[in-house]
Amino acid sequence: MFWSVIESLPFVWRGLLVTLGAAALTVSMSLVAGLLLGTIVTYAPWPARIPVRLFSDLIRGIPILVLIFFVYYGLPVTGLNLNNFAAGVLAITLFSTAQVVEITRGSLQSLHHGQMEAAKAIGLNFPQRLTYVIFPQAVRRFLPPWINSVTDAVKGTALLSLVGIVDLMLAIQQVIGRTYAPMPLYVLGALIYFVINYSLSSLSRRLEARYAYIKE
Amino acid sequence: MPGNPDTTGLPVVSIRGLEKSFGALAVLRGIDLDVARGDVVSIIGSSGSGKTTLLRCINALETYDNGSIQLDGVEVQFRNDEAGRRQRRNEWELARLRAETGMVFQLFYLFPHLTALQNVMLGLRKVRKMEVAEAKSVATDWLSRVGLADKAGSLPSQLSGGQQQRVGIARAAAMGPKVLLLDEITSALDPELVGEVLAVVRKLADDGMTMLMVTHEMAFAREASSRIIFIDAGRVAVEGAPGEVFREQANDRLRSFLARVSHL
Ligand SMILES: Nc1ncnc2c1ncn2[C@@H]1O[C@H](COP(=O)(O)OP(=O)(O)OP(=O)(O)O)[C@@H](O)[C@H]1O
Ligand SMILES: [Mg+2]
Repeated sequence: MFWSVIESLPFVWRGLLVTLGAAALTVSMSLVAGLLLGTIVTYAPWPARIPVRLFSDLIRGIPILVLIFFVYYGLPVTGLNLNNFAAGVLAITLFSTAQVVEITRGSLQSLHHGQMEAAKAIGLNFPQRLTYVIFPQAVRRFLPPWINSVTDAVKGTALLSLVGIVDLMLAIQQVIGRTYAPMPLYVLGALIYFVINYSLSSLSRRLEARYAYIKE
Repeated sequence: MPGNPDTTGLPVVSIRGLEKSFGALAVLRGIDLDVARGDVVSIIGSSGSGKTTLLRCINALETYDNGSIQLDGVEVQFRNDEAGRRQRRNEWELARLRAETGMVFQLFYLFPHLTALQNVMLGLRKVRKMEVAEAKSVATDWLSRVGLADKAGSLPSQLSGGQQQRVGIARAAAMGPKVLLLDEITSALDPELVGEVLAVVRKLADDGMTMLMVTHEMAFAREASSRIIFIDAGRVAVEGAPGEVFREQANDRLRSFLARVSHL
């Protein structure tokens, strides 16, 4: 049994790579989309704000698993065929984007309105105000909850196994099916998830310390 | 924007029939006001009379409903489109015009992530498009004019209120605005820090900076301004040289206002 577990490690490794790949895609796409939509929801006139508000409220009101099934089984009905990996990643990205939208909005709104006004008063235009005044101050408030949402996204990728993607989770389950050694393998899996997320949260604490000099 | 016609003889700021309401509350009800080059005009009036709103309209932090505000002959917030309709200027035009007026805030609003020097440099770099070296030398010069040459590298959180406000003045003045707008810039300061800030304003006045300031410091207004404006019920109720305004106390509302503030 011990050897069969060892022998299965490369298989688990491939699962881990799938998990990491899905997480990296999700995190980067949701970061870009969430920052953009979060900025819109904070500053744009209401006709642009309302669709983003609806999107965010809707997505956050649906459990991530339901979202995955919805995209996986639902999209083909509309004629759009995605393979299970693309569908799964899209679903988690939607979920994560909605989180990033709210985190962005929260950190932008937490800044004193005087900052925007002072930036206007020296003649900076809107993109300049965001680039040089607003975003540099908002990062400090953005990072801790964002890293939190990244760890949620990483954990969320475990649900991809439910649409047949051989990620870390499913790889481990399949190895257990062959080796009948559930305990060591589940412990291994938990440990890997923990190591990923723990590194993320220590990174977060380091980044926080780096921005601690900004005191309003 | 039109080029630069010769505007030497014209007022820098010219306000006519300015009206502004917040919902049902009519705050400004027809303000007329001219500020000549080099003038130091103090605006006084009771709380809620619209002094801050007036300043904010001038540098387009607030829109107004009717009337006109011209800066060197250019309408600040609106322009007429091809059909002759009044249109609010777009973001880019507003930004360019705002750069021509400086604003110093009651609560400073320094950028907390930037040093004193960087606070002053930001507008010079990004709006005035100066090279780093030039921006740095202009900013350094302004920091020394407000007596903070040695604090160039300090973050706002490492400065006292009076020092922060002096950086605020340097940040606005370094842009070379046509008029500097000061909104109760000493009222958030501990009493012992007021003097150093007023001394800086005094010096700017002596150097010929055109200023429009809202203040509750009657003694300073009297001594440093060339003109006093008393705003009441949304209009300019009394206007004149400081000696005159304080001596004659031309109307009852001004008299009771002055009686109230002199007890503070
Ligand atoms: N954004 C706003 N929305 C609604 N009402 C406003 C707004 N800004 C100002 N007001 C109201 O307009 C009136 C004038 O306000 P303003 O701040 O211009 O007065 P002020 O003369 O500067 O008073 P103070 O001496 O207390 O600073 C007040 O009644 C105020 O409550
Ligand atoms: Mg005010």
